[in-house]
Amino acid sequence: MQDFSLLTDREERSAYLIELADQFQPVPARIAAPPYPDDHRVPFCESEAYVWSEDQPDGTLKFHFAVENPQGLSAMAMAAILDQTLSGQPLDQVAQVPDDIVLAIFGRNISMGKGQGLMGIVAMVREAARRRQRERQA
Amino acid sequence: MTEITQRGYARPDVLVSTEWVAVHRGDPDVRIVESNEDPLLYPAGHIPGAVEVDWTADLNDPVRRDYLDQAGFEALASRIGITPATTVVFYGDKNNWWACYAFWVFQLFGHTNARIMDGGRLKWEKEGRELTREKPVYPATAYRAHPRDDSRIRAFRDQVLAHAQAQGQLVDVRSPAEYSGERTHMEGYPNEGALRGGHIPGARNIPWARAANPDDGTFKPAEELRAIYQQEHGLDPARPTVAYCRIGERSSHTWFVLTYLLGFQTVRNYDGSWTEWGNLVGVPIEK
Repeated sequence: MQDFSLLTDREERSAYLIELADQFQPVPARIAAPPYPDDHRVPFCESEAYVWSEDQPDGTLKFHFAVENPQGLSAMAMAAILDQTLSGQPLDQVAQVPDDIVLAIFGRNISMGKGQGLMGIVAMVREAARRRQRERQA
Repeated sequence: MTEITQRGYARPDVLVSTEWVAVHRGDPDVRIVESNEDPLLYPAGHIPGAVEVDWTADLNDPVRRDYLDQAGFEALASRIGITPATTVVFYGDKNNWWACYAFWVFQLFGHTNARIMDGGRLKWEKEGRELTREKPVYPATAYRAHPRDDSRIRAFRDQVLAHAQAQGQLVDVRSPAEYSGERTHMEGYPNEGALRGGHIPGARNIPWARAANPDDGTFKPAEELRAIYQQEHGLDPARPTVAYCRIGERSSHTWFVLTYLLGFQTVRNYDGSWTEWGNLVGVPIEK
């Protein structure tokens, strides 16, 4: 995540995010197949993004994503970043991810509507970690 | 989809097809402009020769909530290498949502020599047409713009209040949940957008994207549009109309449809929209 603070140039930032979007891997069929259920759908994300979490043997979560809009490059980049940085991380760390990482990553170029959609993806990942924490404490 | 000229539009000349753009994109008196919501789309691939006009970086004042001024527009026109005689063709993502917004802003400065590429990015991509990551550079031009004219196609809050009180025609192009006031924020993330939910009294709710075919982003033919705006919602093309959404971008799409495709006489876009109205002290709101 810290890499992004170094990217002050809009073009460099875009190039890096496009590279990340190219790395995006959609949810594997063993987790979910389309049509995806609404309870995994990210609210307010017009790119139709979906989030799943999968328990790992070490107690962490692996996150999976689907983006049902081929033009949803920002959502794909966001999903790739969240997978690369939060899958397999301690749950208490994932549970504290702030929404404003979206602005740190995408800069102020992002529109309010799109920013909210991307924050929705972050919020679903965070909520999955919190839910798992609560279940374990119960 | 039928040919643009066969669809019964009031002003079919403001639309061009993807085929037209494929043939004319290199013409010296034509400039293709991409405007998107997603800032990654243009750098990831655009129509060869197309320049990008970004709604935040290029069209809005960086400090005040307002559009660029005459000098700002002249600088933008110079950067993209156009003169008043250049035919500017806009296209973009989301059924040309931001393309219509850029088109609208260009009309504030009187650049009437403007078109929308029907179907936008979606149709161009679906047809497997060429995209490039190479950014073109055009020689800077000296463009003398008209002063910005906010009187014809833009509405301000006091005008909208008077319009609503006089039972004027209003179109709210947001989603039904925003219109009803059911949604003012998303779960776990209180929305700074508006303190109150609902709509301007008397507004009809016609979500903007109903004007487009979801499969290829093209505009629906005039007959289908009339069925939505006039028959279903009773809008009268002869009466002055104000369209709004949340910040005035989705409603610029509807402004385009009503003005150019259906020939409504006076349509103004209230760009303050719900982020202004839903925060204004004392204005009437309907749920």
